[in-house]
Amino acid sequence: MKRRDFFIKSLGAGVAAGAAFSLGGYNKLWASGTAAATYDLVAVMGAEPDAMFDKGISALGGITNFVRKGQTVVIKPNIGWDRSPEMAANTNPLLIKRIVGHCIRAGADKVYVFDHTCHNWIKAYKNSGIEKAAKDAGAKIVPADTEKYYHEVDVPRASILKTAKVHELILESDVFINVPVLKHHSSTKMTATMKNLMGNVWDRGFWHSNNLHQCIADYATFEKKPTLNIIDCYRVMMRNGPQGVSVSDSVEMKAQIISTDMLAADTAAASMIKMSPEQIDYIPLANKKGIGRMDLENLNIHRIKM
Amino acid sequence: MKSPALKTSRLILAVLVFVVITLSFIDFRNIIPDKWFTIILYLQFVPSVLNFMNMPALATAGFIFVLGLTLVTGRTYCSVLCPLGICQDIVSRIGGKFRRKFRKFGYGKPYIILRHLILALTLIVMLAGSVFLISLLDPYSIFGRTATYFFQPLVLLVNNLIAAVTSFFDNYVIFKVDFIKIPLAAYILPVLLLVLVTWLSFTRGRLYCNTLCPVGTFLGLISRVSFLRIRIEESHCTHCGLCAANCKASCIDFKNEDVDLSRCVTCFNCISVCPDNAVSYGFKKAAAVKETDEPDQAKRGFIGGMLALLALMPRILKAQDAPIPRKESTVPENRTSPVCPPGGISIDHFNTYCTACSLCVSACPNNVIIPSINEYGFSGIMQPRMDYHKGFCNFECIRCTEVCPSGALLPLVLEAKKLTQIGKVNFIKENCIVETEKTDCGACSEHCPTKAVQMVPYIGNLVIPEVNNEICVGCGACEYACPTKPFKAIFVDGNPVHQDAKKPDEEELKVKELDEFPF
Repeated sequence: MKRRDFFIKSLGAGVAAGAAFSLGGYNKLWASGTAAATYDLVAVMGAEPDAMFDKGISALGGITNFVRKGQTVVIKPNIGWDRSPEMAANTNPLLIKRIVGHCIRAGADKVYVFDHTCHNWIKAYKNSGIEKAAKDAGAKIVPADTEKYYHEVDVPRASILKTAKVHELILESDVFINVPVLKHHSSTKMTATMKNLMGNVWDRGFWHSNNLHQCIADYATFEKKPTLNIIDCYRVMMRNGPQGVSVSDSVEMKAQIISTDMLAADTAAASMIKMSPEQIDYIPLANKKGIGRMDLENLNIHRIKM
Repeated sequence: MKSPALKTSRLILAVLVFVVITLSFIDFRNIIPDKWFTIILYLQFVPSVLNFMNMPALATAGFIFVLGLTLVTGRTYCSVLCPLGICQDIVSRIGGKFRRKFRKFGYGKPYIILRHLILALTLIVMLAGSVFLISLLDPYSIFGRTATYFFQPLVLLVNNLIAAVTSFFDNYVIFKVDFIKIPLAAYILPVLLLVLVTWLSFTRGRLYCNTLCPVGTFLGLISRVSFLRIRIEESHCTHCGLCAANCKASCIDFKNEDVDLSRCVTCFNCISVCPDNAVSYGFKKAAAVKETDEPDQAKRGFIGGMLALLALMPRILKAQDAPIPRKESTVPENRTSPVCPPGGISIDHFNTYCTACSLCVSACPNNVIIPSINEYGFSGIMQPRMDYHKGFCNFECIRCTEVCPSGALLPLVLEAKKLTQIGKVNFIKENCIVETEKTDCGACSEHCPTKAVQMVPYIGNLVIPEVNNEICVGCGACEYACPTKPFKAIFVDGNPVHQDAKKPDEEELKVKELDEFPF
């Protein structure tokens, strides 16, 4: 589908870069994106989600460090729930809109947005405000509620989750931007970057019945890692997560964490909701797998206050 | 009146009604606004009667208009408002294309005793408080079930084929939609009635309407004395018999220039075919000569289509988001009562008013409403229930309560629905992953919209579900999400009488504003 499309386009247009990527596999790309970042983690505070992203991404050299002309980008927000934006159960639509905008301006060929929702996907896409925001900015919003979109892959470094059915857009796109919203979570205590990847796979029931924390850490080892992680901490659900019961479950933090390192981002995020990362079992488990860095004190962190 | 415009208007109206009602049943993308259903189905006789019995008001009095219409015009309802009647006209016409015999009706036996017996029996059973017979025979409900269990899946199939093609071209305007997971046994009744009604109309026109249909017989009692009626003028009539041959209702005794008004569905075919201008519709007399030919449009593939429909029924459906268990759970869910959809007030109320038209089944965006087999007892066969192994009730949705035409599900405003407890949550610790595997799960609590299922500290870092039935609404999200098999570790037991749930606490969060990064 998209892979085919991409081949045809890249060959037809003779875009050298595009052809190189499509023939050379995606793996090099992730590496090149990562290498371009000067900071390990950028944290922004004190403004609207879109303005914070502008500042944060420019500190990392701009989106062009991650998205090249002619590439296909997939953005994976949290759109799990049929909840309105003020409930903060889903990623802030304004942030998604701005990220899409940056990608398009960087010359991305196509920008896709999807999530494997928990609630009815049509309602969740619509009522989260993300469908409209993403479309307005020029992205294509794609369903993910049907097994046929998912393809089985091996997760060789996994302890339990040896295989998973992953959404084809994750497998086929050049750039994968992971945009979770930071929330309290009833089963895993916190959801941010690594937990958000559960929305890339089809069979979540397996995770739940086979050591959820280990499966989260396992999937984080999968080769198609996010090029970039942006944790939306604008409004943060402090209790009754992941979908919340009322608006009073969340507080306005007006913050954002951007990193190529999921583990570092999640470690930082845990402290935002006053938890120690050790309390959230999948974080130390991911650390054991060498997903990234937990030792924030040794990382090059750029803190921006607006 | 002898104008061919009579038949033309009948056709136009019938097609309009048929299309709108059919669309209401196949609207799998919920395009038709909730509020419109009340208007679209306002004049459906049986639902309206039941709705009125339950809640007498102008908004539920559609059947009174139908009674008035019948008194003035005869059984126009059967020709232009009844979706099953219109459906039968279509089938009958197709039947006529297949065999000449099937389009030559002639005067038929009136089956006076049979049809009045059926009407009487239906009324007696209804007065005894059961809608069993009426839901079995009500033409609207038969049509509804046909549309829900055969038309909608067919449309979905086509939709999904198109979606498979368009998604290949990266276009998602049309997307794949999951089939409703209907238990096979639930097809028995709709199939039997579909076959019966189809065969009767295919070969004998409106025989169902004039023998089995209690609404037809009931309206026939009134149309007998209707102001406007079909008449044959003796002076013009040459007894050619064309009118009788073309009468789907088999109600014209041309030899005696007599029309059985209790069976006439005012289709006006007789007026159109009479070469002598002897048939008219009016208070008494008639005039003017005109001939019209019936348009001869071939409708092919009917039998093929029906066979395809039948073949489609035992669809093999893949479970959505199917969890894979590691160990089998051991303790069965001890359900004492089925869960009836929100707005049902109580199982009693729901069973009393639901004619199993299945509109809520086809309208539910979450595919959680499923026809029952014997969960409500035999007399409640096909009356829908919530099946939380197949889906769960969306907290923010009230579509089923809005679409129900018979008052079995009464309209609920969203705020009220969110506080209506249709069942209670039960936790079976022995089945729970956290207990059996000693690993975190919490899928139930994640899906709970009110946090009636909370995760509380267990062993070490583990958290385990704890239920609070005060704020549980019985939506079944926990049960659906629970990954244990074959028995769930958490399930909703129906409330025989729906209760009020308490509103979850909304105390202010005391969190200091962040002015420094905590890392």
